[in-house]
Amino acid sequence: MKMDEILIEIQNLKKYFPLKRGIFSKGLYVHAVDDVSIQIPPRRIFSIVGESGSGKTTFGRTILRLIEPTSGKIIYKGRNIMNLNQKEMMTFRKKMQIVFQDPYNSLHPRRLVKDIIGEGLSIHEKISSGQILERVKEILKKVGLNEDHMFRYPHEFSGGQRQRIAMARALILNPEFIVLDEPTSALDVSVQATIVDLLIELKNTFSLTYLFITHNLAVVDYISDFVAVMYLGQIVEMGSKDDIFNSPSHPYTYALLSAIPDPDPKKKRSRTIPRGEIPSAVNPPEGCRFHPRCPYAKEICKRSEPEIVEVSKGHLVKCHFPLR
Amino acid sequence: MNGALLTVKNLKVVFHTYRGTVHALDHVNFTVLKNERFGIIGETGCGKSVTSLAIMRLIEQPGEIVEGEIIFDGKDLVKTQENALNTIRGREISMIFQEPLSSLNPVMKVGFQIGESIARIKNTSIKACKNDIAEVLRAVDLDPDRVANLYPHELSGGMAQRIMIAMALSSKPKLLIADEPTSALDVTIQAQIMNLLDDLVSKMNNTVILITHDLGVAAQFCDKIMIMYAGTAVEQAKTEELFANPLHPYTKGLLKAIPRVGNRDRLTGIPGSVPDLVNPPSGCRFHPRCPNAMKICSSQKPALMEINPGHLVACHLYGDENG
Repeated sequence: MKMDEILIEIQNLKKYFPLKRGIFSKGLYVHAVDDVSIQIPPRRIFSIVGESGSGKTTFGRTILRLIEPTSGKIIYKGRNIMNLNQKEMMTFRKKMQIVFQDPYNSLHPRRLVKDIIGEGLSIHEKISSGQILERVKEILKKVGLNEDHMFRYPHEFSGGQRQRIAMARALILNPEFIVLDEPTSALDVSVQATIVDLLIELKNTFSLTYLFITHNLAVVDYISDFVAVMYLGQIVEMGSKDDIFNSPSHPYTYALLSAIPDPDPKKKRSRTIPRGEIPSAVNPPEGCRFHPRCPYAKEICKRSEPEIVEVSKGHLVKCHFPLR
Repeated sequence: MNGALLTVKNLKVVFHTYRGTVHALDHVNFTVLKNERFGIIGETGCGKSVTSLAIMRLIEQPGEIVEGEIIFDGKDLVKTQENALNTIRGREISMIFQEPLSSLNPVMKVGFQIGESIARIKNTSIKACKNDIAEVLRAVDLDPDRVANLYPHELSGGMAQRIMIAMALSSKPKLLIADEPTSALDVTIQAQIMNLLDDLVSKMNNTVILITHDLGVAAQFCDKIMIMYAGTAVEQAKTEELFANPLHPYTKGLLKAIPRVGNRDRLTGIPGSVPDLVNPPSGCRFHPRCPNAMKICSSQKPALMEINPGHLVACHLYGDENG
């Protein structure tokens, strides 16, 4: 990828959360995000997949500096936003928005929808409240709601409608980049499908770039251009959607794919599931972090951390023995 | 041929709330045969959990079973006295819940909690059950020496669910009700737990009711599936038949809405959202969202009819003119 084809680039991002134990105990850290680098081209959907505890949510928030990273670079259109002070960061915030997983907690229960959606405008742009209302009206239509909804409270809406409101709040400042943190995970399947389609439609209308964080591989397969699989704070495999779904190379990716129960009774579930569970991110396993669960683990996997290798163009795998 | 183990007839459950009466279940009918794996599927608020609680007679104030029969092994549980129910709950019918960690007592060791349930059934002391505790833990692939001495907060979600399964199956129940047993778990752990449940149930010949919103989980586990919507049972069939030949517009809609790996065809959601059960839609409860709704649908509730052998559907599209 050439530089001008990248909207946002993350280099060696780390986030360690200190664990407060006692005054005399040694510093322990949760290695939530450990040396992650990705590049996202404009107007594409880049998905991060992982199970709980993989660090995907922390990663999404760290990119927006909602959580300050421990180290690493976040380069947005060629500029490292890690060096910006609060005031400079303000102007960047307009361009980068986020939609959270739980639409029941992410909307203020005692504020009207028009205030929830319009708040960003009143902070970032010097315009009258009348103009704000006009903009809110406009954006509500774009997300499939109507202007009558402006003077209602969040509790009057269903989960799907709330997620539309959250999307309207993110869109009103004309952002370029949106982090979508499990935006459909709290929704029922029949509603999930309509929201996923809305996300795709909005991306095309507003020329948006998404970082889509989820644990649902089926949705990833439907929506993404690029996919990165995270395990215990690290990216273990990354590539185009076809790379990941048609020729998974990391044993963990393979395991994830085979663990999904197929909604087709004729295709019987795979019985080769990795044993055990995700270990603690406080003391991640030595060597390859997946080795205690990996069916192919050899001696070297216990001792040395694998390098990231390119198995085909743009298809990166962090494994000593990538599957072919 | 297998006989019926559980027959639910015209079950109607309401909850009296300050907003009004919630019509949670509206005349639900189904039969679970011996050794069958029966799936109840539906989205939030469809009444699948209320159904399971009703079978266990765990509907408490402000809820009420207002009508219907629940015939388990020849007895009508709706008419059974509370103290007689206690010989059925946990012995003949066991249940696994969605949140394993909130089903365990946080201040008691795991071994003790398992022992408690075994001791009650065997009518002995917990001390005398030590071997039984070890045996049930081994059955769910846990190391008894280590796990029995842990407190619930030291368990992962997957381990806690294994323990719930161990406790539920320790009494060798005739019927096991699993209410969203893997919904709080990650996919790899979900797969482990479903494989385990599959093995244990095959070995012990239990009858299972699996309640889930995940069509994938149900497709892989169940023999028969009932689809529920807004407190009504809309369709029922053998698993293969249901997926190959869905009849009810809601079932068809659901199947078109699930994203599947390897299938990038356009998804179509079902417009609208689940109705408020304080004021459920008249007639067929699905009619406001139904692409095939007709005049009759808003005025008359469709009856459950057998369209093909074993394939039941409650929809006017398949009825004669009089419904």
